[in-house]
Amino acid sequence: MANVRDYRTRIRSVKSTQQITRAMKLVSASKLRRAQDLILAARPYARKMLEVLSSLAARAHPDRHPLLQRRPEEKVLVVVVTADKGLCGSFNTNIVNGARAFLDELLGRSGSTAGPRPTHQVQVDIVGRKARDWFRRRDYPVRRVLVDLFRDVTLEDARDIASNLIEGFSGGEFDGVHLVYNEFKSVMQQRVVRETLLPIPRATFGPGAFTASAGAQPEDYIYEPDQEALFAALLPKHVMIQVHRVLLESAAAEYGARMTAMENATRNAGEMIDSLTLQMNKIRQASITKEILEVVSGAEALK
Amino acid sequence: MPLPESIHLEVVTPERRLVSEVVDEVILPGSEGSLGVLPGHTPLLTTLGIGELVYRRGGDRRYVAIAWGFAEVLPERVSILAEIAERAEGIDRERAAAARDRALRRLRERAAETDFVRAQAALQKAIIRLQVSQGIGPSEPS
Repeated sequence: MANVRDYRTRIRSVKSTQQITRAMKLVSASKLRRAQDLILAARPYARKMLEVLSSLAARAHPDRHPLLQRRPEEKVLVVVVTADKGLCGSFNTNIVNGARAFLDELLGRSGSTAGPRPTHQVQVDIVGRKARDWFRRRDYPVRRVLVDLFRDVTLEDARDIASNLIEGFSGGEFDGVHLVYNEFKSVMQQRVVRETLLPIPRATFGPGAFTASAGAQPEDYIYEPDQEALFAALLPKHVMIQVHRVLLESAAAEYGARMTAMENATRNAGEMIDSLTLQMNKIRQASITKEILEVVSGAEALK
Repeated sequence: MPLPESIHLEVVTPERRLVSEVVDEVILPGSEGSLGVLPGHTPLLTTLGIGELVYRRGGDRRYVAIAWGFAEVLPERVSILAEIAERAEGIDRERAAAARDRALRRLRERAAETDFVRAQAALQKAIIRLQVSQGIGPSEPS
């Protein structure tokens, strides 16, 4: 039977774990706040960009632009965004599962009945250490791996990723780019989403943007350079902003997930300490009772 | 229609909103050349180069370093979306100089893995920051 001292050691170790999880929770909370601020700060830019693009799309023959051109999707690139670190609940697992389902669907691997019929040629881009570790041990064609982005999400990173994707897309290396990432829904909730980055979905620019004459346009601008050139200059920026947004969202979602996970861990540690303390006290009492019994019965025997 | 008397200037980057002020005049580093905007300007949409944005309110002039953006000009409003924008006051000259030297060195070494486009952009950026922080306009692009 475990004695009191064993319990004491257990409790002490659980307590120190609890201290760590509590600290991690606090750290995540403050990082989450910063990440949320960044998301909010990025919004005005993105909104204005969309406004301008929509108004341009209405007049600039957008069909001609390569980034909008839809071709039969034979070669697909999937960008999987996970965190660099663990200890954030099911954050990474959800992404990886979502990505795998998507990939298998593309590869025609899903469903046990159907035979192997490679419907698509698939490549994978990886952002985040956790995805890298997962994909390293599996049989998927990984094209590019990026880690260590999330400590400080910069526009440079977004630009780098975006230009790489645009290059591959316009160069015919792939016909479509899809992102799989965690959307920041609220502090407690993350949702795995699958989004098309390239070709730029037309719904992006709002309804009516692609009809020949989109009704009365509020602003009749002078364009410098001309509309086509302007449109062509802005689209890659739009892609970059999208990538930037996805990175920011994923970062915020990660901190949210970690905060929740650590809060649960802290609570569980507290419960464990309570139940261990209870058991320890029971044992202590039992041993005291036993000792008293021994003393009393010894005294009785001497009479 | 009466002309508006002032312009509401907004400078936004993906990371923050840098300027939101009512001003009398704005000079933009357009990609096709520098252009001045007074209240009542015809609607205009233009891309911006790397350069210096000047805005004036009364006799007070302010300078902002700008790179890779575009501007929407309306009669009473100018919105500037730039990937990089920095007030002259906020520029750390030593850092900018260090960045310039680093970029120059990278370009000179011509190492195989050097990303030239990036290094060049970094160089241009550093130079413009230095110029803006000195309060002199950028030299004419050659």
